[in-house]
Amino acid sequence: MSEFVIRNGHVFDPTQGIKGDKKDIAVKDGKIVEKVGSSARVIDAKDKTVMAGAMEIHAHVAGPKVNAGRWYRPEDKHFDSHKTTGITRIEGGKSIPTVFKTGYEYARMGFTFAMEAAMPPLYARHVHEEIHDTPIIDEAALPVLGNNWFILEYLKNHEVENTAAYISWVLRQTKGYGIKCVNPGGTEAWAWGLNCLTIHDPVPYFEITPAEIIKGLIEANEYLGLPHSMHLHQNDLGNPGNYKTTIDSLKLAEGIKATNNFGREQVLHSTHLQFHSYGGTNWGDFESKAKEVMDYVNKQKNLTIDTGNVTLDETTTMTADGPFEHHLHGLNHLKWFNVDVELETAAGIVPFIYDPANAVFCSQWAVGLEIPLYAKDPMRCFITTDHPNAGPFTRYPRVYSWLMSKKVRDALLNGFKKADKVIGATTLAEIDREITLYELAAMTRAGPAKALGLAKDYGGLRTGMNADIAIYNINPDKFPSTGPEIEKAFAQVAYLFKDGKICVEDGKVVDMGHKKTFWVDAKVNENKQVMHDIREKFLRYYSVNENNYPVPESYAPHQHIISVDATKA
Amino acid sequence: MPKEVTDVICPFCGTLCDDLVITVSDDNKTILGVKNACAIGAEKFNHQRLPGRVKLPRMRQADGTYKEVSYDEAIDWTANMLVKSRKTLMYGWASTSCQAMSIGHEIAEKVGGIVDNCATVCHGSSLIAIEDVGVPSCTLGEVKNRADRVVFWGCNPAHAHPRHMSRYSIFPRGFFTVKGHKGRKIYCVDCRYTDTAKVADEFIQVQQGYDYELLNAFRTAARGEALPDFVGGVPKEKIQEVVDDLKSARFGIIFFGMGLTHTMGRNHNIDIAINLTRDMNDYTKFAIMAMRGHWNVTGSGQVLGWQYGFPYAVDLSRRDQARHQTGETTSVDLLNRNEVEACFYIATDPGAHFPIDAMISSSKKPTICIDPHINCTTEISDIHFPVAMVGVEVGGCAYRMDNVPIETRKVVDPPEGVLTDEELLTRINKRVDELMAKGAQ
Repeated sequence: MSEFVIRNGHVFDPTQGIKGDKKDIAVKDGKIVEKVGSSARVIDAKDKTVMAGAMEIHAHVAGPKVNAGRWYRPEDKHFDSHKTTGITRIEGGKSIPTVFKTGYEYARMGFTFAMEAAMPPLYARHVHEEIHDTPIIDEAALPVLGNNWFILEYLKNHEVENTAAYISWVLRQTKGYGIKCVNPGGTEAWAWGLNCLTIHDPVPYFEITPAEIIKGLIEANEYLGLPHSMHLHQNDLGNPGNYKTTIDSLKLAEGIKATNNFGREQVLHSTHLQFHSYGGTNWGDFESKAKEVMDYVNKQKNLTIDTGNVTLDETTTMTADGPFEHHLHGLNHLKWFNVDVELETAAGIVPFIYDPANAVFCSQWAVGLEIPLYAKDPMRCFITTDHPNAGPFTRYPRVYSWLMSKKVRDALLNGFKKADKVIGATTLAEIDREITLYELAAMTRAGPAKALGLAKDYGGLRTGMNADIAIYNINPDKFPSTGPEIEKAFAQVAYLFKDGKICVEDGKVVDMGHKKTFWVDAKVNENKQVMHDIREKFLRYYSVNENNYPVPESYAPHQHIISVDATKA
Repeated sequence: MPKEVTDVICPFCGTLCDDLVITVSDDNKTILGVKNACAIGAEKFNHQRLPGRVKLPRMRQADGTYKEVSYDEAIDWTANMLVKSRKTLMYGWASTSCQAMSIGHEIAEKVGGIVDNCATVCHGSSLIAIEDVGVPSCTLGEVKNRADRVVFWGCNPAHAHPRHMSRYSIFPRGFFTVKGHKGRKIYCVDCRYTDTAKVADEFIQVQQGYDYELLNAFRTAARGEALPDFVGGVPKEKIQEVVDDLKSARFGIIFFGMGLTHTMGRNHNIDIAINLTRDMNDYTKFAIMAMRGHWNVTGSGQVLGWQYGFPYAVDLSRRDQARHQTGETTSVDLLNRNEVEACFYIATDPGAHFPIDAMISSSKKPTICIDPHINCTTEISDIHFPVAMVGVEVGGCAYRMDNVPIETRKVVDPPEGVLTDEELLTRINKRVDELMAKGAQ
């Protein structure tokens, strides 16, 4: 049966401005349509909430470091390893779930898309092997380029066109979606055990600054007109007093306008902003600067951000910010994993316990909530946990409960062992705002879809859009009042439609759907200089041959290729 | 006209060289020549054309002789064995593609198998150490481009990974290492004067079984604490001199092998080598890497990792959760304790490598072996399935010792009628489904 009609649900769709009105949604052959025939299956959504499928804009769910996290932490499986009855496979892992669990859990929460936030180009085949094995949800991956030698060499001389030509090449080789930049310059410095902590620290040997890299990548992104903007993990993550560097970095986007055919308006997406909004000079006088950072973000229409909410769990931190993980290991002394990747990037992993008895961790928790609560435009602020860095993605329902109920979050805040210190260091206690279902739909659906350049088909329930639909057991007129009730409602959808097929029913996975891999094919004019440089680097410096670098077609059997023509740029 | 296939990946060791040039006959059936490979790698390609390839499954008869049977018959026998056995050891995987492993895991999950790879008798102790203390490492290209101090500890790449030294670790000139060999200082720590020691600038002979003590002394010296006159047969002045030199590196790397993983101390040796590396990062940049043996043993760990969360010895016999416990779910221990009811071997030769007691236990159980060639294991199996050689007659993904994935290439057709691992496993999987559906009725 490929026709459905979802009756009488409370629909929340920021793409059409629908705020909980009772509406019927018709589905036919994977799309949302005006009308379906009388034989269509009727889904009773009375007293339920209907939204588009949720979209994850930043998570580490597939690839070499995620997998290292899985296998070097057998203890993570002690928290959870099980199989539910039915068609699902064994599910294991808490903070870094296996691919099967990853797909099922996202689907159970109403998600239909996840962006793998850091793909080292040399390891792209690995990322795609895992994406291939992750069921149900569509996925894409961002190649990490902020410490790539080609980019550093071109941008040192401000050669934006060559940078763009290289990016076009690398996106095609890796089946990548856009430009990720992690600790620009700092990770290359890390190859010598060093770092760049401000945007003006020169990168060893390459004699370029993080500021030049950030700005150059934004320009190359707009030169190509990619669907997504440059996606930035800033310098000096996680340190007291880093908010100044954060605002300095954001300022680099001033005056640049988005150029693309996808309806995207931002030129810079700044990720897990929670980790970058700290004041103070040390862990003792650590304080929130979320207000200062968000005041700036609210003013600048060409920025989007995601939150990176700390969930106060035991988790596994992992990032291409290699020096940061080394630093973190120095703080908690838990097992440290590091990989430096030739010519491209690095990655580190350290398990982490956000202990609610610790004032700093609780303050981080508060900063993560302040950011969306200060956000004036929910279409530019998205909820993430930077999975698994600030917490596992499976905690989204709990994060929603804190954002949507002042009562729930205040109860936690006031119950902290060091509540006075946390309240003193943050402004959360003074905030009364509660995120509405409509705002949540913007922050988790319409907003990310727009920022990713996918707003034409995803993130809403307009006629003609892809039929990715989540139906929750939430009656907006009687919104659940306790934390556990809110959590339960968001953790287990009543129904999840993916491409017009029911994949989850009553929180139970019933169909593996038709999983797709999204990637961007950007066409540029022939560039002999760049092709020559690529050939030379492979001949002399890479440890694999150029012909063995690309990701073969078979790794992404169901591709959704987004074409961009930058030949006339 | 014979033709040349370039950028071919060598399916022999964890070095996974990807620059071989293979000359192939016009009809795509015979390999005529191999360029760029080491002696072992060349042999792997060259023996493709040797006569006597097994082309049909062989089933052992009551008198101990083997009779050729159809794939269908052998598949049916195997599927029945898997469905009947409550606990099947499914060991090997190190010489096949990741795609084939994935299908194998699906079967294991259904029938309650235990999936284990040859890390269990190889770098399993390294994996245990990494599970305990993590590991700071890098890709091999980083070594080529940056390393100016290279330590080979308990490994002998001159024999086991012959092109490792020329491609990555000793001789190549890289971006920051324009002087190649001259710009690097090479140490070899071993209890024997190996061929690798001959290439090293400095050979440090450790007394057999004293690796842990010597590594500990290196850490002690790095912290400036006092040492006894000799540790593991090495004078304290030498230890201090080496440590000071390592500290002055711009980028250092330790490669280690079976000399650490399988001597007294085992995982503790690796543990302290990793901790030494971690300490060295307080002074400069340092990395450490296991010299993985089979060309895709790393891949098996990766696929098991993303599907179940453990790198080897994954027990799925409970069917509702995956378990991993060294000594409990590891192949040799399972066989020694007679805990499995059947054996399913693929793409590795336990008959040649497992302790004799384990193989005696194995030989008493229903056993099948999937391998292109006759080997020690096929000869104690009830069924031997011949298959195409992965990396020669069929492609598929493999992971290098530094976890870099490379898609291997097909250079010639497999012998007519011979299935690939993927095809064979898919058919076994299908037959298992049919039998289980019947059983359920």
